[in-house]
Parts: sequence; C-alpha cells; structure tokens
Amino acid sequence: MYICKKSLIIYFLQQNKIYDLEPLKDILSKCEEIAFDLDFTRAKEWKSQDKKRVIVGYMPIYFPREIVHAANGLSVGILGGGDKKMIIKGDAYYQSYICHMPRSIIELALDGNFDEFDGFIFPSICDVIRNLSGTFQILGKGKFAKYLDYPQNFKSHIGGEFYEQELQHILDEIYKINQIKVTPARLNESIRLFNKNRQLTREIYDIRQKFPWRLTAADVYHIVRAGYMIPVEEHNAILENVIHYIKEDINQPLDKIRVVVMGAFCEQPPIGLIKTIELAGCYVVEDDFLLGARWIQKDIEEIKSENKLLSTLSYAFLNNSTFSSTIYDVDNPKEGRLLELINRRNVDGIIFAAPSFCDPALLDHPILQKACEENDIRYVSFLYNENTGQFKVIKEQIGTFSDSIKLWD
Amino acid sequence: MSTRVTKEKSMLIQKEMISSLFKELSTAKQTGKKVVYTFVPGNISELIRAFDMLPVYPEINALQSGMRKKSGKFIHDAEKIGYSEDVCTYVKCDVGMILNGNIGPTGEKIPEPDLLLLSYTGCFTFMKWFENLKRLYPGVPVALLHTPYQEGHKITPDMTQYMVKQLKEEVIPKMEQVSGKKYDEDKLKKILGNTNKVEELMVKIFDTTKNKPSPIDAYFAGVYYIGPINIGFRGTGEAVVYYEKLYEEILERVNKGLGPITPEGVMEEEKFRLVIEGPPNWTHFREFWKLFYDLGAVIVASSYTKVGGVYDNGFRVNPDKPLDSLADYCMNCYTNLNLKQRVELLSNCITKYQADGFLVNSIKSCNSFSAGQLMIMRQLEEKLDIPVGFIESDLVDPRYFSYSNIKNRLESFFQMLEQRKIIFNN
Ligand code: SF4
Ligand code: SF4
Repeated sequence: MYICKKSLIIYFLQQNKIYDLEPLKDILSKCEEIAFDLDFTRAKEWKSQDKKRVIVGYMPIYFPREIVHAANGLSVGILGGGDKKMIIKGDAYYQSYICHMPRSIIELALDGNFDEFDGFIFPSICDVIRNLSGTFQILGKGKFAKYLDYPQNFKSHIGGEFYEQELQHILDEIYKINQIKVTPARLNESIRLFNKNRQLTREIYDIRQKFPWRLTAADVYHIVRAGYMIPVEEHNAILENVIHYIKEDINQPLDKIRVVVMGAFCEQPPIGLIKTIELAGCYVVEDDFLLGARWIQKDIEEIKSENKLLSTLSYAFLNNSTFSSTIYDVDNPKEGRLLELINRRNVDGIIFAAPSFCDPALLDHPILQKACEENDIRYVSFLYNENTGQFKVIKEQIGTFSDSIKLWD
Repeated sequence: MSTRVTKEKSMLIQKEMISSLFKELSTAKQTGKKVVYTFVPGNISELIRAFDMLPVYPEINALQSGMRKKSGKFIHDAEKIGYSEDVCTYVKCDVGMILNGNIGPTGEKIPEPDLLLLSYTGCFTFMKWFENLKRLYPGVPVALLHTPYQEGHKITPDMTQYMVKQLKEEVIPKMEQVSGKKYDEDKLKKILGNTNKVEELMVKIFDTTKNKPSPIDAYFAGVYYIGPINIGFRGTGEAVVYYEKLYEEILERVNKGLGPITPEGVMEEEKFRLVIEGPPNWTHFREFWKLFYDLGAVIVASSYTKVGGVYDNGFRVNPDKPLDSLADYCMNCYTNLNLKQRVELLSNCITKYQADGFLVNSIKSCNSFSAGQLMIMRQLEEKLDIPVGFIESDLVDPRYFSYSNIKNRLESFFQMLEQRKIIFNN
C-alpha cells in the first residue's frame, strides 16, 4: 500500500484499487480559494447577471438563508478577515480588549469589500455583533443593516411568532430593493435546496466520523466555508462530488486521537490552527467552526397551504437547533448535549478553543469543563485570535494532550 | 473645596433603606419571604414586589464587593475554578462571592434564590451569568424575559406584545408558583403609580445640572442617586419619599448657587462640565472621583445613570397599562438602545447641559458598553465639534485600574479643555 506522486497527479492504491485523487484535489483547492475570497467574487458575479438579484451578508452564527434565496438573493457569510486581512482602520473602532472579529469586518467594510452588498444581517449572538449592527447603520453600509433578534422563548405562539416577524422584516427590506414577493412555492424550493445542503454536509461529517483520514479537518473546513460564499445549487454540486470521492476507501489511517473542537463558532480560528491540531496528533471529528451550516439538525418541512409562510422555518429554529453558547439553554442543558455528542462521535477528548475576549464561548467553559471532569472526559483549552500566526505553543500543548490520551488508553 | 462634610437627610434615608432591605433579606428564610435574583437593566422589581417577594441583584453585590475591596479575591477564586481572565468581571466577582459564602455588604448572608428572573436587557452576558448561577443553585426555577433590542430605533407594538406574552405566560406563572400568591393587577398598578412619580422626580433631579454651577455630579454622586431605584425600591413608598427629599435638597443647593457635594465637601469652583459614557470603576471609586473634583471637573450627565431606565425622551410607566409599561420600560434601558440612539441621547445631554467635553470610561470586561464606544466618540466629535477624551479601567477587577495612566490622560484632557476655553474666550 503506498501513495505515489507522479508529476501533479495523485494516485492512491489500496486493496488493488487505484483511485485518481486529482479531481478531488482540484475541488479542494477550488473550495479553499472560494472560502477565503474576501472580495466575494463569485457572489458579485452572480448578482451582476440579473438586476433583481441581491446579496445579503450575514454574520455568525446562524441565519435561515432560505428566505433570501426565495427572494432572489444570495446570502453570504461574513466571517471576518482571518489572517488574510491586515488591520489598519479597524483598530480605531475597537479597543484591544474586544475580540478581533468586528475590527476585521469593519476593515473589510471600509475598504469597500462589501460595496455590492444590498443588506447585512447581524444575528443576536453577543453584544459585540449587536453593537456592530449599529456601526454599520451609522456608516450607512448597505440598504439595510438588520439586527436579527433570535427569540429566547421557545414556544411557537410567543418566541416563534416573534421570530417570524423578525424574518418578515428582512423579506420586507429585500422587497423594497427588488420587489420580489416570496411565495410558498418559491420558499419551498429554497427549503428543499438547503435541506439537501445540510444533508450533504452532515454526510461528509458522518463519513469523516468513521474515516477521518479520508479528508483533513482543514479540507472539510474549506468545503463548508465555500458554501457561505456561493449559490447553494453550486455548493450542493461540490458536496456531492466530494462525497463521491470520500465514500471510497482512500488514504491511510494514522495513530491519532479523535477530538471535538468547541468554542470557535464565531470568530474563526486561522486555518493554520486547525491544521496544527491535526498535525499534533488529533483527528477533529466534530467541531463548531461553521456551526451555522449545520445549525438546523433535521430537514425543514415544506410549507403546506394551511401554514403561515415562515412557520416551518420558525418551527425548525425553535425545535431543531443545535446547542450553542448563544441560546438560552436552561431547559436543555448544553453539558448534556455535549456529552451526547461525545458519545455519538466516539471522541477521546475535547479541545476548547475560543477567541480571546469572547464572553459567550468563555462563559460556557466552566460549565462544560465541569461536566467533562465529572465524566472523565479529557480536555485541553486555549485561546486564539483569527489572525494568530504562531502555533508552536499550541502544537506542543495539543501534542502532549494527544500523547497523554494515547498512553493512558 | 469646602471641607465641611455633613450627611444630607436624603443620604440618611437611603442608608436606612438599604440596611433595612439587607436585614429583610437576611431573615427571609425565617420569615418565609421568597427571594428573586434579577438584574438592574430591565429591572421589573414592581412585579416582584407585587408578589411580596424580595429582589437581589448580583450586579449590585459585585459592585459593592468592588467598593469593599473584596472583588480582587472573589475574581481570583472564580478564575481558579475555570473562569477566563477575559470575561465580564461582574460575573466572576459574583461567582467568587458565592464561593465565599455570599456575604452581603452589611456582613449578613444573602439568601439563596427561590427564583432566578433572567430579564436580560441590553447585555448578553446576563444570560450567560444566569446559566452559570443556575448550576450553582440547581433546582431553582428560571423565568426568562427576553427583551428585544431597539435595532430599528423604536419600540414596535409587536415587540411590546412579545414581551407581554412572556410576562403573562412565563414570568407571572412562575412567580405565582414560587410565591404561592395569585397575580394581583390592581396591586401592580398601585406600585407602578409610585414608579411613575419616582421617574418624574429622577428626570427633574438629573435636569438640575443645567444650572451653573451644577448642584450635583451626575455620575459620581449620580450612582448613589440611582441606588434606591436600582436595588429594589422601584414602586415603593420609601422611594418616593427619598427622591422627594433629594430633589428638595438639590433645589436648595440651586437656590444657594452651590456646586456638588464631594467626599471632601462642596466643590467650589466648577471649571469643566463633562458628559461621561460608560460605567465607573468601583474598586478605586473615591480616588477616581477625586481625580475629577480636584481639577474642578463636574459631570453634568452620564449614560451609566440610565442603565436602569431612560426617561429623557419622555417615557414613564403607565399604571393603567401595567404589563405593556413593564415591557416598554425594559426596552428603554440605555444599553438596549442602538448606537444611533445612544449618540443622539448623549448629544442631547452635551447640548442641553452645556458640556465642555465628552469622556469615555471604557470598561475592559464589559462588551455591552465598550463595543461601539469609539464609534460613539467619533460621532459626537464630528457632530458637535466637542473635545473627546478616553480612559480605561474595569468595574471590579483591581488589576485593571491604573491610577497614573488615568491621571495622565485626564490631565491632558483637561489641559485641552482649558486651552480651548482660552481660545473661545479670546
Ligand atoms: S467572537 Fe465572541 S464576542 Fe466576538 S463577536 Fe463573536 S461571539 Fe461575539
Ligand atoms: S458585560 Fe457589562 S453590562 Fe453585561 S453584565 Fe457584565 S458589566 Fe454588566
């Protein structure tokens, strides 16, 4: 069994089958390029093809992209500038003790990277994102900058109704721009496409859960993040293609521990950090890096004639959301859900990786870590910024963690 | 500076109110009174009182620990059990205080909660805070009241209805269950009648800073003035008496042309009038204040005194619409206003109270206030052409109070104001 590299073509020979991995490699590098395209080239190109198309940028974590799709729009995830954007102006907007995320977003906004965007959505996840919505309003970015208040009441006639009103406000804003009315038929088509998108994404995670060596965590990250930047139809095709390859018995397992990474749901870790985790002896089989893409955990029902337009989206949010630091959890404690996830993914340990100064993530740590201690689950934790450039210390820390688990077991 | 420091009657009333509340709390388990933990922004203590329960405010515990120089240890203890150095220090201080027996400012133990009323206005950390408290008090019910943000610069009927429904279907039933009493709307209306009077008085009190010299410091003394209404006396008869007395005393000062009272006596020369954004530092409160009054600076308005409610734009509770009023009150607290509204509010204060400068005290661990402050500063500077200053500290973490840094920055700021005055006078 060996890997043979011949010029640029990669073949993988296993159990007498030869897999040509070159097309997969191409897909992966395309995804990487799209994922970090801070000029949003594909989205802008897509918009330029039809005057009634709109682009709506949304901040982490979750946003029901179906509604924008149904209104002839493309919702694009705004995940900060990572280590790919030099901050010059952004630091003048945020003190050093505020996470890095808003300063790189402001930098992108001031540099004109979002100039063709029609609107912006700021889901209610923390005070930083909330106040960033005000900054966008003051700077006059987009035709609308809407703070989307997630309900923290989970009854359909209270929180559900409120959520539907919130979503309707967004549709009203888009309507003002392109005069496209969202009908049940249009929305159902969007629901089908995004259901498929979530199914395919879940499938990739499920395959990786069993065979984490078939794709690296960084590859998965690029694939999922690319979906934040392009039309869902195109992303679905990419996901199907990737699945086609990783269903095959490719690549070799290595002696690594299986971990889940928690706390990185908003400000994204630099890709170097994700690679470092795997290089230091771990397979990341579960994570919350791009949680929005998998936020809704079951298919969203299509609307039937007797339903209100946004009722099934609202039902899904109230009943089928994943757990998160930004959702009130008292009736469904997050430590229980984490333990369930650990069992399901059969992991050896947890890496708590959170952005510096991130209250939502960091205030969960004492709760989650206590549950780990009570259940003999080993964990390690560290902080990062989206533009952290040095991983030596983290590599050593994770290396020791993974070695200790291997030795212990 | 006059060195005569006598306690005003209102101060004595306030002292008495606080000590009786803590006394009542310390005996709550014996007397059977139920205890509700809740927060200052979105403080619906009228409803708590309507069920004859007693409110406790973890934020107030934290700030008092800061003033009593105990917060350093409490924060350290919380960090030892896994709380990050980076998070809100109020939360850590409160957790540390609980770990150390939950002894209140009067030396008596604060009783454990019978209900956690999570009414989180304008700050997400409140939600995280109570998620943590819930684990420290397992079995205690939580009633959640989610306050929508004024993102569209206004309160819509839908927002009010969303809150009223939560009050009716979540909060009130839980209160009934915990207190064993039925919701009595007439009683609530009566209590809100007092709140309405207090709100009127508060507006008048803080409006006296339009006088020159200003008879009060609307920040350093202001935090004492908002004390009763924020720590559980909303809607009580005692609060009405306190604020009437306070207003009377302040008017007397206006008539005599007196400046504000400081811990070292009456400030005799008012050199600079400032508007401040952001909470104060509690661990070195006296030193912090002294840096201002020593240099003749008086604060004529502050955003911090509006965290427990904003009344500047005419909002008052309406006793005839009790639940709608509570909802609108929550949505009207300062940090629930969007940035544009905050800029507008501060800008009105600067103009109305003829401030010479605008200062931000940025709190290291408070995203709710700090994120966006630099934008507010720029906006005010551009809009009003007013000198702006910036200092940094923390609420209750003594590690982040640097006396010399703050002093240097303030001195430069005051110099700038001084020069500007000279130029304008010429
Ligand atoms: S990283 Fe944390 S604090 Fe920063 S914007 Fe995201 S959720 Fe908010
Ligand atoms: S973040 Fe600020 S407003 Fe929120 S609880 Fe902490 S100190 Fe209070």
